Amino acid sequence: MASIQELQKIASQVRRDIIRQTHLASSGHPGGSLGCADFFTALYFEIMSHDKSFNMNGKNEDMFFLSNGHISPVWYSVLAHAGYFPKAELATFRKLDSRLQGHPATHEGLPGIRVASGSLGQGISVAIGAAMAKKMDGDDKLVYVLTGDGELQEGQIWESALFAPHNKVDNLIVTVDWNGQQIDGPTSEVMHLGDLPSKWAAFGWEVLQMEGNDMESVVNTLNHAKELTGKGKPIAIMMHTEMGYGVDFMQGTHKWHGKATNEEQTADALSQLEETLGDYPV
Amino acid sequence: MLENIVSTEKKATRDGFGAGLLEVGQQNDQVVALCADLIGSLKMNAFIDAFPDRFIQAGIAEANMIGMAAGLATAGKIPYTGTFANFSTGRVYDQIRQSVAYSHKNVKICASHAGLTLGEDGATHQILEDMGMMKMLPGMTVINPCDYNQTKAATIAIANHEGPVYLRFGRPSWPVFTPADQTFEIGKANMMNEGTDVTIVATGHLVWNAVEAAKTLAKEGVSVELINIHTIKPLDDEAILKSVGKTGCIVTAEEHQMHGGLGDSVAQLLARKMPTPLEMVAVNDSFGESGKPADLLVKYGLAPKNIVEAVKKVMKRK
Repeated sequence: MASIQELQKIASQVRRDIIRQTHLASSGHPGGSLGCADFFTALYFEIMSHDKSFNMNGKNEDMFFLSNGHISPVWYSVLAHAGYFPKAELATFRKLDSRLQGHPATHEGLPGIRVASGSLGQGISVAIGAAMAKKMDGDDKLVYVLTGDGELQEGQIWESALFAPHNKVDNLIVTVDWNGQQIDGPTSEVMHLGDLPSKWAAFGWEVLQMEGNDMESVVNTLNHAKELTGKGKPIAIMMHTEMGYGVDFMQGTHKWHGKATNEEQTADALSQLEETLGDYPV
Repeated sequence: MLENIVSTEKKATRDGFGAGLLEVGQQNDQVVALCADLIGSLKMNAFIDAFPDRFIQAGIAEANMIGMAAGLATAGKIPYTGTFANFSTGRVYDQIRQSVAYSHKNVKICASHAGLTLGEDGATHQILEDMGMMKMLPGMTVINPCDYNQTKAATIAIANHEGPVYLRFGRPSWPVFTPADQTFEIGKANMMNEGTDVTIVATGHLVWNAVEAAKTLAKEGVSVELINIHTIKPLDDEAILKSVGKTGCIVTAEEHQMHGGLGDSVAQLLARKMPTPLEMVAVNDSFGESGKPADLLVKYGLAPKNIVEAVKKVMKRK
């Protein structure tokens, strides 16, 4: 059991890693990554039972799938800190011959990644498949998946949203990163998502809400979600986050969705994020 | 020998899929099946009756079905997805590309009602581009068996191949002429008849039309080397090169667009390795239409007589 304070320390380092990875690559998606740093940290350091030696089939361990693959920097950082691969490899993000592709992929054999994502809307379907396989095999571990909110504009999401309750896929916890931003602007302007909790509830999901940038809320809500599994309904958590959380000039705007910081901005951002576990070497 | 290639009955290749699915389900308990509201059309009932806990009804939601198959494969299952060829490919191309092919998932995409011989439903459902789309995906195996027995054998064989497979078959009753006890080897062409004047390589339903064409040509004194190419990718380069090295000309025959099909693959191979006169019997940049399967094959130039004409044309170019 990690304390909230310990988890916050890890999340701070993860946020530094996100800024440094995207800055070094001069590209990538820091905004959504920063917003989800607390969620990923809680998942890998507190919530999930998982094996860093990494087995693709995930038998007898919890599995995580990332549907909004563009926030790969946060996942890579957390996987590295959790021991899936050397932290120094974070310096190869988006570079030629790297296992850390712009969007997560299995092709280069990066431990921790079970399916490619980037083209949006596909992750919940994949997670349902893995969850159903666990049921067939009598494996009582859980399957987690994260999607973006703009991503919910994809039709496939609602195919999977219909399927899981009908088939009582109750070993599945979907989290929606509800930051209200997408590339072209606020979701409310691009394509309003409306009353998301009611929508998921109407589809038959057990719906929870949490404050995704409050570590205590994240840990408590995810633990509560675990308690709700196995009761006939899939779980959907509406996670309120701020895109760019932790860096004042990046926070709460879509402008840093897919743009890296320059030298000056990087220094500014890093000055706001405590180096708790040591920066990876460049 | 050509005269030994005979058909005593007609059965649909999709029935061969249904029979093969049941058998592979009995052999391998990791095999699971998914269907997008077309159980009867895909002949999946026998599998579902035998293994209800290993069947997933996906509803009319093919994108979700392909994604779920990728997830099942990740966890070690061998998922067979079943729907029409149109909805197995074009509708879900991006899901197959990212979640299955790029992620190298052991998913078997089983596609019925391919091509013109779907018949009366018309061009919305008569996909003629599916093999092209699938063969372009890195790592994807593409199989188009010719009759009931071969479809059954292929359905069973693909479970032992680690990696994504596209298995294409059709709706109509069609002559059965390959052995019931055949072993199906992915990527290995079947020599149907040895000859010296011309090579015909055919795939799917058109193998039978090629048999009929070869018999007509034999009566006219033309010696046809007839090869059944059930695997479009990986193509059996060696068998094709060896044959045209002997005959000096080739005709390809398929129920697919000329662009992107078997003929296209053969033309690429020959242009690179052994430039040879080639004619293609295929649909020429056109959609299909409603009609009876046999009538459609005539109207769109895929009948035995079209293969005969193509042979005569190509032999003049030697």
